[in-house]
Amino acid sequence: MSIQLFDFHGGICPPEHKADSNAEPIRAAPIPQQLVIPLSQRQGSAARVIVRLGQAVRTGETIAEPVDELGVAVHASSSGVITAIDHRVTLTGEVAECIIIDTDGIDRWHAMTPHPTWREYSPIQLIDLIQSAGIVGMGGAGFPTAHKLSASHIDTLIINGAECEPYITADDLTMRERAERVLLGAEILQQITAARRVLIAIEDNKAEAIEQISSALVARGEQYQLATVPTRYPSGGEKQLIQLLTGEQVPQGGLPADIGVICHNIGTCAAIADAIATGVPLISRITTFTGGAISQRGNLEVRIGTPLSHLLNWTGFDQDQCHKLLAGGSIMGKLIIDGDAPVTKTTHCILAATHTELPDPAPASPCIRCGLCAEACPAKLLPQQLYWYSRSRQFEPLAKYGLTDCIECGVCTYVCPSSIPLVDYFVTAKTEIKTKQDEQQRAEHARERFESRQARLARDANEKEAARAARKAQATANPEQSRFADQLDPVQAAIERAKTKKKQLLMAQPETPDPSVTRLELTSQLEVMSQRLSDAKLNNADQKILTALEASIALIQSQLSDDRIDESKPSDLAESKHINPAGDI
Amino acid sequence: MSAVFLFEQDGLRALLTFLLVGATFGSLLGFAAVRFASDDSSLVDTINAVLPQTQCGQCGYPGCRPYAEAISLGEAINKCPPGGEETIVELAQLLGTEPLPLDPDHGTETPAKVAFIREAECIGCTKCIQACPVDAILGAAKQMHTVIASECTGCDLCIEPCPVDCIDLLEISSTPTSAMHSGQDDSPIRVTTTRVKAPL
Repeated sequence: MSIQLFDFHGGICPPEHKADSNAEPIRAAPIPQQLVIPLSQRQGSAARVIVRLGQAVRTGETIAEPVDELGVAVHASSSGVITAIDHRVTLTGEVAECIIIDTDGIDRWHAMTPHPTWREYSPIQLIDLIQSAGIVGMGGAGFPTAHKLSASHIDTLIINGAECEPYITADDLTMRERAERVLLGAEILQQITAARRVLIAIEDNKAEAIEQISSALVARGEQYQLATVPTRYPSGGEKQLIQLLTGEQVPQGGLPADIGVICHNIGTCAAIADAIATGVPLISRITTFTGGAISQRGNLEVRIGTPLSHLLNWTGFDQDQCHKLLAGGSIMGKLIIDGDAPVTKTTHCILAATHTELPDPAPASPCIRCGLCAEACPAKLLPQQLYWYSRSRQFEPLAKYGLTDCIECGVCTYVCPSSIPLVDYFVTAKTEIKTKQDEQQRAEHARERFESRQARLARDANEKEAARAARKAQATANPEQSRFADQLDPVQAAIERAKTKKKQLLMAQPETPDPSVTRLELTSQLEVMSQRLSDAKLNNADQKILTALEASIALIQSQLSDDRIDESKPSDLAESKHINPAGDI
Repeated sequence: MSAVFLFEQDGLRALLTFLLVGATFGSLLGFAAVRFASDDSSLVDTINAVLPQTQCGQCGYPGCRPYAEAISLGEAINKCPPGGEETIVELAQLLGTEPLPLDPDHGTETPAKVAFIREAECIGCTKCIQACPVDAILGAAKQMHTVIASECTGCDLCIEPCPVDCIDLLEISSTPTSAMHSGQDDSPIRVTTTRVKAPL
């Protein structure tokens, strides 16, 4: 039973170059001496390291755990010792935190837990297992599969085996050799999503894969259907494939789940089957090694984290022949910046192209507005307009012309007669828009912090002012209770007190002599004074001193004659500070 | 009688008609201007949203919002070095004026920076904490301070008060951009040379 096919706009039919690499069966690549395993995938959040330096790990052991639903677990791809946790450059030049394992060459496996009874598991249990097996989209995008599966109300599950880009044959070989596993993965996905029908889409240039899958499908029910799609790039693009098979378009800015469709790659299905049925997490993937500069072209089962240079050496890579070394196919592939960087979960193809395979494009000429790009664009965009606005960095019209819907498939660049690198402009504009949005978010955050700080400072000042006012109010209400009620007055009062005291003393002295001054004291004073006077007279002292002494003696004599001086109170005398007790005797 | 006579003179009739029409629409416009006056604070908010919010004060105002308020009252739009040319162009578009070159009296455009305290040298004086306009410095008296990099706007205000000069402004390093394969000379993406070890 064949299903009805629809059509998508545009597309191209470039030379396929599939036969370069699909003749040989999948070979297992040798394990390198050192594995560099990135903690983050192309999308989603980085995992949290749960091993320490120097720790021995076994193959398949979890070495980093996801922190949220957008992350996945990371596993040791082979047994060995953790020698570093550091930032390393990826194949395409980004910097990522990696765990570095020096392998022991034994490849000792960690104990695996198979789940033969997975059919009794709930979707949530299965999604958890998929997340902790570290599975991401293996078609190249690397979106965490578990997160994609959290969507609900799925009607159609599409298993994407179109593999439309030239040179790549990884999915082709997976389907040929592992059809049972692919379909087992599809069954697990069907159970999770409860999809009404499951469509396995394969491009019609993969005869052997179609045969293998259809023979494996015989044992499955009616709801599993094979869809052979015409070979036209980019039929394997998620939105294009959905349109091909269902005739429906994913809404702008929306997800396939919005129209009840979910799409997973063949490789992802095989990885899910491994993880659930045998308990083996995602520690290896099938990668196509192709291009004229590689002598032993074919598909390798590569442990995640294997340095590319190790694999290139093994496949007979010729540096002199290699004109361009790409991660990916000839259309969407990205130039490899560092050949020592590791293969990741999303590296589906390494293309070492010669000069004849991928010649340098002619220098770009001005856009002649021929409209070929618009005719070819599978997203139905107007690349010539987007080019114009990307060049002049006008971001608002770019949004209006749907830059975000560009899937960067490279069809426009491919058809452009002026050989303008259109996609490069779109990628740059997207990055710039992202940077700008990030900056705006940062600015907004800084503004909020600045304003809350200003508010806090103002509140503090107000509180201080209010406290001061409250104290003042209290002081005026009951002044005797407040220490600071009349801050100026205490000084003034003290001065006043001192003044009155002085005045009193001055006034009181002639009238009321100090009761402590007694007749006895005065007599002794008189004696001392008389002694001093006679001494002064003997020493021929100054006349002034003599008169002063004489005046003092006269004063004392007058006081002695005053009868108001109390002669009693002998006890007071002894206590008095003014008189030396010894003088009494 | 004389008013009717005046009105019957053609020239005068035209003049009076236009005067009447002018007065009617004038008063309508005047009423609309008062009734539907643009909210002043919303203009300040819009200007403020364009400014980079570093709160550095290089424009001569204590923060971005005060500068936005000043711009709304006619201050020049070219006094913000952290925003640079892009901000000036946006402000010019917003206000319908001509973009001006950045006023060099207020500084020059520099790449984004973040403050970094050499913690071993910090004496814990809290002066930088008081200076920071966005509360991006953490610490207490006689305790080591540190900058929360994600909150720092690189405004430079903490540098001057530091008595031991232990704060540096570091340029935010940008990671190399990912490269498309074209590698064409006229591609907007710059690519460093490919490096692969020669096979053994």
